[in-house]
Amino acid sequence: MEILLSLLVGVLMSVGVWLILSRNLVKFLFGLVLISNVANLIIFIVGGLTTGAPALIVDGGTEQYANSLPQALVLTAIVIGFGLVSFTLILALKAYQAIGTVNVEEMNLAEKRPDAEQTV
Amino acid sequence: MNGLLISCLLIPMITAVASFVVPASATTRGLISVVGSTLLLLLSGVVLYQVATHGPLSNQMGGWPAPMGITLVVDMLSALLIVVTAIVAVCVSLFAIDDVSEERIEGGFFTFLNMLIAGVVGAFITGDLFNLYVWFEVMLISTFALLVLGGNKVQLDGAVKYVAINLISTVLLLAAIGLLYGLTGTLNMADLSVRVPQVENQGLVSVVAVLFLIAFGIKAAVFPLYFWLPASYHTLPISVTAVFAALMTKVGIYALMRTFTLIFPADNEAINATLLYLGLVTMVLGVFGAMTHSDIRRILAFHVIGSIGFMLVGMGLGSALAMGAAIFYMLHGILIKALLFMIAGIVGKLGGSFELSKLGGLYQERPGFSMVFLLAALSLIGIPPLSGFWAKVLVLEAGLHHDAALVVTVVVLASLLTFIPLIRIWSEAFWKAKPIDAVVGTDAAHHKNPPTKTFAKPDHCSWLPVLGLSAIMILFGLLPGKVIEWSDVAAEGLLTPTRYMETVMQTTAIPDSGEVQ
Repeated sequence: MEILLSLLVGVLMSVGVWLILSRNLVKFLFGLVLISNVANLIIFIVGGLTTGAPALIVDGGTEQYANSLPQALVLTAIVIGFGLVSFTLILALKAYQAIGTVNVEEMNLAEKRPDAEQTV
Repeated sequence: MNGLLISCLLIPMITAVASFVVPASATTRGLISVVGSTLLLLLSGVVLYQVATHGPLSNQMGGWPAPMGITLVVDMLSALLIVVTAIVAVCVSLFAIDDVSEERIEGGFFTFLNMLIAGVVGAFITGDLFNLYVWFEVMLISTFALLVLGGNKVQLDGAVKYVAINLISTVLLLAAIGLLYGLTGTLNMADLSVRVPQVENQGLVSVVAVLFLIAFGIKAAVFPLYFWLPASYHTLPISVTAVFAALMTKVGIYALMRTFTLIFPADNEAINATLLYLGLVTMVLGVFGAMTHSDIRRILAFHVIGSIGFMLVGMGLGSALAMGAAIFYMLHGILIKALLFMIAGIVGKLGGSFELSKLGGLYQERPGFSMVFLLAALSLIGIPPLSGFWAKVLVLEAGLHHDAALVVTVVVLASLLTFIPLIRIWSEAFWKAKPIDAVVGTDAAHHKNPPTKTFAKPDHCSWLPVLGLSAIMILFGLLPGKVIEWSDVAAEGLLTPTRYMETVMQTTAIPDSGEVQ
């Protein structure tokens, strides 16, 4: 299972990087979503996978238990990541509406040399 | 003093909520923010006093003993940075009352500003790596909100770049933290400092270290990862830029300092050399970048990058002397950047533009204000006896101490070159006559308008923080002894973190528990 998940991490990461290199802002965002899930998976895997065991130790039990900390971390990271991604999607939408393109090469309003007007 | 550290977080948070839910005018919301930040400043003063007299303070959240729960811990470095952050918060809150449009304030400007401050303070005082990530996120989402608040096209464009690159940095940080947890089984930074050297696979530790370097390097705008900064800073309202320029990059530097002394051993030659050379390149490129621009905000934005270079050089040299210099530079850098951007805001308001070719004659109109700018500019350049001089002398001294000829040469050169763009601002915006004939192309009607609105008077709310901060900077320059002493203590604390670790690991007995009454 670890090997399978590690492979998945590798595949997702490479796909994510490929998407991030795109000039299309939307593809870039999809890449970012994939990579942030990669980070979540990494935390999950490195914490050690335990099958069929509870995350909490039963009273006085010496039985097997799963490490609950990575799960808590992943949960936090997912929530934060979700917030950031939804913000970024809306930002991309707004930017598309205002600037009229999702091609980042053409999004250069802020880079322009202000020989043109720039008011306070 | 159990509530002390957590109050440093709660106050900005409560202020954030209060400045949003209280049904009041924009000015009142601003005043709430000013009061909140002043409280934070007082509290941080108490923290600094405690740390200076008793050594580091810690607080175990939820009563879980150290490596299990989240620890808040303040050593000298954190204490100094919180104080400086609070000063910036007070000044910017006051400045923003006039500077930020009513619409933006209605949209929650002060809320996000205070959440940003909470995030920054949180990052400074947490002793837990994952918690550091969470504070970075608090900070990040607040900056995002400030970036787009009331946004026009240009602002959105800048925001896209800022958000994109910062999200990548966040993901790398998260992955790095995950891997480090996998290697050591702990997230407490003091505990990590014990366990990282015991890890068998030191190769993997180096990989994680590089991930941290990249993640924090992006935040700190280190070469070659700084391109988001000049792409976005000048698009924002000046109060936002002032806060960003003062704090955001420095939090990255703080995180670098913390991780690369506590978690990864400070005497790692490869890492130190990397930091050193990155610092030198960042410094030079920052200064050159500043020379190529003619918008005051963009010139100053590149100076932010340049100053990051100085701090990295201090870290890279690796001795307590050099680290102390870097810390002193950081304190100076935070305040001077906030001051200069606020001054730039007033220049923009007085002159109606940030573009040097359209400005002029400010010295004739407002000699007093011109002197304020000149003082701040000379301080940034490093003319004695202002604070920038001490900051640069300390870095130079450290360079000489290490016989690093290259470092000394580049630092001197970069300091000299800092002179050019700032003096250009002085001569263009302040000294030369008002550009009636400079802008030949424009029609006469255009010229009728500016004078009416050109020398609009900014209110007290703009002058007060600028003058206050100038006074602090002058004091900083005239009496640097105490700050240098504190910086050196902070540096010692970073390089030999025994007291830090003792404070964190202590289960119940907190050194100053007798002081509570």
